[in-house]
Amino acid sequence: MKIIVCIKQVPDAKDVRLDPKTNTLSREGVQAIMNPYDRHALEEAVRLKEQHGGTVTVLSMGPPQAEEMLREAVSCGADEAVLVSDRAFAGADTWATTYTLSQAIKKIDDFDLILCGKQAIDGDTAQVGPGLAERLDIPFVAYVRKINDCTASAIRAERLMDDGYDLVEVPLPALFTVVKEINEPRIPSLKGKMRAKKIDITKLTAVDIEADPEQLGLKGSTTQVVKVFSPELKGARAMLVGTADEQVAQLYEKLSPLL
Amino acid sequence: MLQIDIESCIGCGICESTCTFGAIKVEGGHAVVGETCTLCGSCVDVCEVVALSIKREEKITQGDLADWSGVWVYAECRHGRLAPVALELLGAGRKLADQRGVPLSAVLLGSKIEGLADELIACGADKVFVVDDPALASFTDDAYGNALSALAKKHRPEIILAGATAIGRSFIPRVATTLATGLTADCTNLAIREEDGALLQTRPAFGGNIMATIVCPHTRPQISTVRPLVMKPLARDAGRKGEIIKVNLDPALLKPRVKVLDSVVEDLDRVNLSEADIVVAGGRGLESEKGFAMIRELADVLGGAVAASRAAVDSGWIPYPHQVGQTGKTVAPKIYFACGISGAIQHLVGMQSADTIIAINRDADAPIFDVATYGIVGDVLEIVPKLIEKFKGRKGA
Repeated sequence: MKIIVCIKQVPDAKDVRLDPKTNTLSREGVQAIMNPYDRHALEEAVRLKEQHGGTVTVLSMGPPQAEEMLREAVSCGADEAVLVSDRAFAGADTWATTYTLSQAIKKIDDFDLILCGKQAIDGDTAQVGPGLAERLDIPFVAYVRKINDCTASAIRAERLMDDGYDLVEVPLPALFTVVKEINEPRIPSLKGKMRAKKIDITKLTAVDIEADPEQLGLKGSTTQVVKVFSPELKGARAMLVGTADEQVAQLYEKLSPLL
Repeated sequence: MLQIDIESCIGCGICESTCTFGAIKVEGGHAVVGETCTLCGSCVDVCEVVALSIKREEKITQGDLADWSGVWVYAECRHGRLAPVALELLGAGRKLADQRGVPLSAVLLGSKIEGLADELIACGADKVFVVDDPALASFTDDAYGNALSALAKKHRPEIILAGATAIGRSFIPRVATTLATGLTADCTNLAIREEDGALLQTRPAFGGNIMATIVCPHTRPQISTVRPLVMKPLARDAGRKGEIIKVNLDPALLKPRVKVLDSVVEDLDRVNLSEADIVVAGGRGLESEKGFAMIRELADVLGGAVAASRAAVDSGWIPYPHQVGQTGKTVAPKIYFACGISGAIQHLVGMQSADTIIAINRDADAPIFDVATYGIVGDVLEIVPKLIEKFKGRKGA
């Protein structure tokens, strides 16, 4: 079974804070990490390979620094790593991103399954997985929390829904996005780390993937950001005063008509 | 690419202090752009000497954008019930449609769901497109995506809204890709831009730390998924008139590649939290599982649901389905009690649309007070028991 895992390097969002004075995202000490959901996609791919044989290729679109993350993925069990990187990709929205990734995947050519994290923690759009499946014209399942059964031609899996879950059967090749409940990612093995150091990462540019320049980056994007601002907090901020008992009594007065 | 005209640039640094992403710096007397630039354009707007520009080549649009008219809402239903977000979107869509002077239509996909169309009209739709077909009994991305895409290609709406639910976020990206147009996920605000009628779509990014307003300038329809519980439904009016249009689609379009073998409903607790009128939430300030028990008691006395911040869930005081915030649930009750919750932005995005917010926290500078209707600075372990006593008395009275 040949599996491609799409992974993205993101700033660690839990450390990103908006500085209220300067109105800038404070990136001090914020590390570039592998998108946490993608880590689960990678782990699931490696487990499937261990059970059924095959190869795992990690694919990322990003700046040259993303190479570091791809090496980490190899240390966690990926066999091959591909980085699609070009200045022409800058400013890509999800439409241009799925185009770029689909061109790269056509170059890699042979696959049975593509796994992605359910979303990236910087943009939180969850659009690249389904958009990519549509571009490749293969079946898609979102929010996979368990792969129950896997043969050479089909997979049975559970997808998380808002009110429970669905059990689905999907012919291969297909694309799944996974949620973190699916597994517990492993830490890199020593052998894996050795391999990661030595591996040749395949690097592809816009020309290598035979991309139409009109479809790339900002130019190829269907959406445009027109404004970025800090969230507005609009509480009335009526601070109650007095002893604890007095404050509780005031609150009781205010809330009683609402109950 | 952000282009900097070095000749014009005076190195004033206004752009540097405006950039949310820290991507532009004044070096050697003029602005220099770095790798983290997202081309958001904030710096271009503030530059007083017009030294900054973003080169955007005009795209060939898909024919005349004015050919696309009308606002559509995808009316999600599952297991024969309308999702509450469908009615919320009709409320939001009604305003957009009226402002644009166009009709508001709902799209209903499923099997044996025709009866739901009247409800959609009562809640604001002028027209309801109904595709009632056994092939749509279970949700599949293929069949639902093909059905909505086919309808949109034929009737050419300018805007499509769908809930940012498991179903909406799964198949709407497929629709946008098929129609070769833009999609903005998880919107929390929608408005019409006066000068050209474009849809301004605002959404949180970076875990809610920043908000971004996005447009879809060259293609139609403009598609948004919208976070549940943010928009307000209209008051139901059974006297409203509307047109129900039954559509039969080519069976080949509705043949899914993915087979749904079983559909299991679980975790009703979660549903209760989203629909509760009163939510009592506890955080790190409760200090222990024992402290957290008071939250359950207060919720009990008030007849409300129990919620928690991520800190309380991570401490193991309460399971994940009760977590409110960016990585948990969004709630919008009539009254929200935040007890011992400092109010990290990730928590605020999940509860700030509550009508009345009561914050109780020891730290007077805690950000939770910025969204509070009423604030009490004090020890939550002292205040909450007093509230329990007080409201217990009310119940008996």
